[in-house]
Amino acid sequence: MAKQSFKKALDSGKFVVTAEVGPPKGTNIEEMLHHIDLLKDRVDGINTTDNQSSVMRISSLAVCRLVREKGGEPILQMTCRDRNRMALESDLLAANVLGINNVLCLTGDYISVGDHVDAKPVFDLDSVQLIQVVRMMEQGKDLGGNDLDGPVKFCCGAIVTPEADPIEPQLLKFEKKIKAGIEFVQTQAIYDIDNFKKFMQYARKFDVKILAGIVLLTGAGMAKYMNANVPGIFVPQNLIGELASAPKGEALKTGIAIAGRMIKQLKDEEICDGVHIMAIGREGLVPDILTAAGL
Amino acid sequence: MIVGERKPFDEIKEMVQDHKKIMILGCGTCVAVCMAGGEKEVELLAAQMRLAAKLDGKNVEVMEDTVTRQCDREYIEPILEKARECDAVISMACGVGVQLLSDLIEEIPVYPALNTRFIGTNEVEGVWLERCMMCGDCVLGKTGGICPIAMCAKGLVNGPCGGTNKGKCEVSNEKDCAWTLIYRRLEKQGKLDNIREIFPPKKYGLHVNPIRQVNEAYLHAEMEEHHG
Repeated sequence: MAKQSFKKALDSGKFVVTAEVGPPKGTNIEEMLHHIDLLKDRVDGINTTDNQSSVMRISSLAVCRLVREKGGEPILQMTCRDRNRMALESDLLAANVLGINNVLCLTGDYISVGDHVDAKPVFDLDSVQLIQVVRMMEQGKDLGGNDLDGPVKFCCGAIVTPEADPIEPQLLKFEKKIKAGIEFVQTQAIYDIDNFKKFMQYARKFDVKILAGIVLLTGAGMAKYMNANVPGIFVPQNLIGELASAPKGEALKTGIAIAGRMIKQLKDEEICDGVHIMAIGREGLVPDILTAAGL
Repeated sequence: MIVGERKPFDEIKEMVQDHKKIMILGCGTCVAVCMAGGEKEVELLAAQMRLAAKLDGKNVEVMEDTVTRQCDREYIEPILEKARECDAVISMACGVGVQLLSDLIEEIPVYPALNTRFIGTNEVEGVWLERCMMCGDCVLGKTGGICPIAMCAKGLVNGPCGGTNKGKCEVSNEKDCAWTLIYRRLEKQGKLDNIREIFPPKKYGLHVNPIRQVNEAYLHAEMEEHHG
């Protein structure tokens, strides 16, 4: 599928599908390469997470290159947690020369939620400023005001949390990201499609492609856990009930069916421009989700 | 004010284990207010030191004193003579006090009894909260008098991250989300436009340690007086 660039897929007006791979902690990349193989021809872009959840892993940039070598279309996730502005700019240059042309700018989780609690949190820039830096470097300038010998070129995106509580400050930042010049948005996981429709009514005012975040539910326990512990995620009671009433050993299958059904509805009703599927450790199941969605 | 916290007794004891005549010097300003290094805390630490020495069968003389401000030469100078009679001083001031004292009695080691933590305010009795990071580029005029550098774990200047959670921070439910506070306050003031603009990256170039501030007008006037 990824025979055209992610940017072309976004511009084509088709229902865009992205997924993600989580770089491993260690040099054993066998399973991850297998996941890349499974995904590369079925999605329009593969995000590589950046020390996800503040847990140290292989760098997202290196994994993006592996995706590219395998013929996939990588989307570089860049957080502001671990690198100052010089390191971020340097990696943006590196990404471009390695054939990586898509970037997702994020703040990054705080250090203390991860596995290096005494590390120095950087946050020299925030996600809005990082988007500005990408656009500035496309004009041939770095943040120090110096000329680049060869500008960068990226399809640049960001995230939004449509279920954030309170929502107003979140939307204020969302609008800054748009002002800074993003072309696409991958949302935090959404489960309540009616709520999401309301968000989309608002978001449609802006010239930006919105890919709804789909996180695979593996069981009622996980859904309840996310409701209690993950800010900005809300799994409605009816879905929890559906997972709970699945026959023993079938909850995961139900989760796949739910994800597939949601994607199908988002596509059929043209609610948004695509989906971003996060299978969190179960990347091998993404093809099943796509099949369940009729994609 | 500067908020400090006393180090564990065993750490202090270990620092001064080779000394026989020790002065414990308190500071009567910030660290006295935050109940870490004032006169009362000097008294308590001195009692602990004497008791520990007795239990260890050591002959240690412990003297106590507290000055109004250890970050100010004029308050330290009167006790210098007494301090020089000792072979060590334990300062219960913030890190600034410890250093100034050490600069003034170079030949005698000065040990810190506190960990200096932040500048902040007294929330309720016994609770202090960091409120300023001394970034040198104040944005409070735009952010409703709530500092996003100090009050947001990530120091974000353009709005909340995705970890904002019902007015609390992703780091801890005990921390407020600075951006929820800022938004709500500016809403009340009818000043939300203040934060709709994109704030530029912070200028860390303003903060090259150690920062030195010079009042040129004052120096100039002084010079004129001397030469005039």
